Amino acid sequence: MDQFEVKVYVRLRPSVLDPAGEAIKSASSKLGVQGITSLRIGKMIEVKIEGNEEKIVKEKIGLLCDRLFANTVIEDYEYSIKKI
Amino acid sequence: MANFTVGIVVFPGSNCDRDVAWALEACLDIKTKFLWHESSDLNDIDSIVLPGGFSYGDYLRCGAIARFSPLINALYDFVKSGRRVLGICNGFQILTESGFLPGALVANKNLNFICDDVELNVITSKGGWFQKIDEKQNIKLPIAHGEGRYHCDKDTLKRLIDNDLIALKYKTNPNGSTSDIAGITNEKGNVLGLMPHPERACDESIGGIDGLYTLKSLITQ
Repeated sequence: MDQFEVKVYVRLRPSVLDPAGEAIKSASSKLGVQGITSLRIGKMIEVKIEGNEEKIVKEKIGLLCDRLFANTVIEDYEYSIKKI
Repeated sequence: MANFTVGIVVFPGSNCDRDVAWALEACLDIKTKFLWHESSDLNDIDSIVLPGGFSYGDYLRCGAIARFSPLINALYDFVKSGRRVLGICNGFQILTESGFLPGALVANKNLNFICDDVELNVITSKGGWFQKIDEKQNIKLPIAHGEGRYHCDKDTLKRLIDNDLIALKYKTNPNGSTSDIAGITNEKGNVLGLMPHPERACDESIGGIDGLYTLKSLITQ
């Protein structure tokens, strides 16, 4: 059985205000870094999962993303997958 | 209503469950039963309260993990049967995450944890959760949340308005909620989710009794 490493990125949808991102943007300028026009915080979830076929693993990851990792009312997700 | 029993769901991390029990038992003489989140037998339960707190530590998102508990699975049939469900604060977050109510609760706009009394306008009479005294009824209830900003898209907001599903609005928006929304009901009216805490406003000696009616309405059919 193959082992896959999946990295899931969950982000607030562009239409949802990210006040924590705004706070960090403000801190960045206080650090002296100018020119930041947007800063938004997301989550990255690393999953290691076994499977024989990448297609089946992707279906499982899709289910996890839709039902658990992300709330699609407020968040979008994408993921990368590689065999390890 | 001597045998009427309100179930109060206890998740790991719930912290308003005993407050709700006190408000129902001591202030309103309504029988309660604590329901551990792993139970799914709701046969002898007439109404349910999902209390405030931090179920499962609010890991991932508020209410995200609680939705997978056996009790929440059993709640779908419970709601279908027309029995009443009240989700307070974290309970409201669980109701949105589970799909019983539309939208989501996200971090307050100003990032503060807000602990305050707020003035609210009662908007709908659906479900009979609030006493309708006049057209612009105001009530005062405490709020205590860091992630209570109600968010929904424009289509959902239109549906909430068109179907009279907005239960409460803040008079002065404390957290950036869409359209000042503090609470909503489902279409049938038997599910109410709200960020304010009615159980903390059930005795004059702790600041008010505007929460009594909503809790009492758990035993109306």
